[in-house]
Amino acid sequence: MNLMEHQGKELFKRAGIPVPRGHHARTAADVAQILQAAPGQWVVKAQVLMGGRGKAGKIKMAESASEGRSVAEEILATPMPPNRQNPQGEPVKSLLVEERLAIAQEAYCAITIDRAARKPVLIVSRFGGMDIEEVAERHPESIAKFFVDTAIGYSPFIGRALAFEAQLGPGYRKHFPPIAAALYDLFFRYGAKLVEINPLALLTDGRVIASDAKVELDDDALFRNTEFEEWRGALPLDEDELLAARAGVGIRNFRRFPGTVGTMANGAGLAMATMDAVANAGGEVADFLDVGGGANAARVRNCYELVVNNTGAKVFFINIFGGITRGDEVARGIVEAMQQTSSRKIPLVIRLTGTNEEEGRRILKAAAMTPVETMDEGAREAVALAREAQ
Amino acid sequence: MSIFADKNSRVIVQGITGAEGSYHADRMHKYGTNLVGGVTPGKGGQKTPQGLPVFDTVREAVDATGATHSCIFVPPPFAADALYEAHDAGITLAVCITEGVPVHDTLKVVGTTTGMRIIGPNCPGLASPGKALIGIMPGHVFKEGNVGVISRSGTLTYEVVDLLTRAGLGQSTCIGVGGDPIIGTTFVECLREFKNDPQTQAIVICGEIGGSDEEEAAAFIAQHLPETPVVAFIGGRNAPPGKSLGHAGAIISGNFGTPQSKIAAFRAAGVPVAERPSEIPSLVAERLAVRA
Repeated sequence: MNLMEHQGKELFKRAGIPVPRGHHARTAADVAQILQAAPGQWVVKAQVLMGGRGKAGKIKMAESASEGRSVAEEILATPMPPNRQNPQGEPVKSLLVEERLAIAQEAYCAITIDRAARKPVLIVSRFGGMDIEEVAERHPESIAKFFVDTAIGYSPFIGRALAFEAQLGPGYRKHFPPIAAALYDLFFRYGAKLVEINPLALLTDGRVIASDAKVELDDDALFRNTEFEEWRGALPLDEDELLAARAGVGIRNFRRFPGTVGTMANGAGLAMATMDAVANAGGEVADFLDVGGGANAARVRNCYELVVNNTGAKVFFINIFGGITRGDEVARGIVEAMQQTSSRKIPLVIRLTGTNEEEGRRILKAAAMTPVETMDEGAREAVALAREAQ
Repeated sequence: MSIFADKNSRVIVQGITGAEGSYHADRMHKYGTNLVGGVTPGKGGQKTPQGLPVFDTVREAVDATGATHSCIFVPPPFAADALYEAHDAGITLAVCITEGVPVHDTLKVVGTTTGMRIIGPNCPGLASPGKALIGIMPGHVFKEGNVGVISRSGTLTYEVVDLLTRAGLGQSTCIGVGGDPIIGTTFVECLREFKNDPQTQAIVICGEIGGSDEEEAAAFIAQHLPETPVVAFIGGRNAPPGKSLGHAGAIISGNFGTPQSKIAAFRAAGVPVAERPSEIPSLVAERLAVRA
């Protein structure tokens, strides 16, 4: 779960990381009121998860109540423009009104989990305000890293060493170590997957302050912090995750795509391989769906509906290898779904082998469905049917 | 030989009276695994339907049965604790089936349980056909032989093993290392064991998008297993960037974890990458034949 900037800054504040004075606002009238009460130099920032707010004109300056109202109206009026990862763009639902900072220098500091080292890693660069990927390309020598031994945890020398190694300006030397310590504390306490301050700004008055905040929490650790359930409500809904949860599978188990071949398999690896098999056969998938291990007839029925309700799907390829999942249970679920569903019907291609496959095939044949033998064969047939349907 | 588990492995199940634990304990028992008991706090003194003793603590189980291996079926909030308890009691290999363990829990457990090998979490376990099955894999697909299999997924592994078995290629040990971003035993650690296993004559690696386990495996093979027939498969070639597909660890982040990088790494190491799982058995057979 990725947090909005104002949510991230709330966590920063709790951890003792300096953040700009600011107010979260939902309407242009709220913004006007904030500026009315405290005239001065303010920045109005769209609260969205997508990057590139500045370029999209979603960060604007304001100095008076009337100016605050008009820039807020402007920012709220249109969604963030779409990009490759967010083809729908993202509506702007709230704003962060912050004191304008007089920035002298910008640095970068983040903590994430390094998969290969299997350790938390602190990453620091004296170049901030741009993507760290860009820094890695343009100034690779500027990036300093420290891998934390989880048996020891954080110790203050780490912040000192990183400040020297990354050659942070002298203005950062005194302020950086306690900020790094606080950031690690936050990372650890909330079980975050990423905490990032970019830029970590050195102000002309000598303060060092987190000008932006990026926090990604671990969905699997949310049970430890129930307050985040409420925070989730303020985040843009991921419709695929919502549909998956309603169908009784994990939120990562369902994802829709623009193709025409609906797919369902048991197990994430097999479901990915099923997508690949469809691509190998020259088709494009309409979804990824992992029905999960040990699926029973009811869950199969729910998942069946997930796929056919996606109007992009012209054919439905079900690929089941019965290990723990029993072939007869799956077959029963499919037949029940076909008989009971009020959803539209699309051609089915079913591959069913493994545990109880004979019984499963018998159930399918009794309902006038003929399963295919292999994954490749099923993919070929599904792609051919999808072509016919178009 | 085989790796990680054999007839001498004395196995307990942590969470043996739960729905999953009891179901899979029965399957492991029927497969012929040397299952010696189980643990459920508060149910010590009971017997399982197979007549195996249930203990309150892992330490009691180890003291009474000489258990060396543990298979863990506990809900995610308690998985780290179960692994620490196994480690404390002297278990040498723990398989953690649990899906949804907080990644910080896994980080900490992996970094602190020196001396105990962890397989998983979020994995189907391992099987040394004809000797031991520890986890949730379906026993009927396996056949004893000389192909080692390592994989990040469950069902896809069964699919591949089934294809191998049907082609007459038996297996030495099959390990599902787990689909999480942080796991206790990586591909490279499995390869290191296979290298020293006389039974294992060929290796199949079923990787997927995300992380860099496959790239590291390729580098290890180039350096340490240049003569061994190895065949790879990469799942999720058509996955979009930025979204986890099913497995928390199956995610492409920027230019990292892409299928192209993994395929290129294997090819550079002289490892053929199958386009589809059905090609794997013939690729293995060809290379075994060349070697013989």
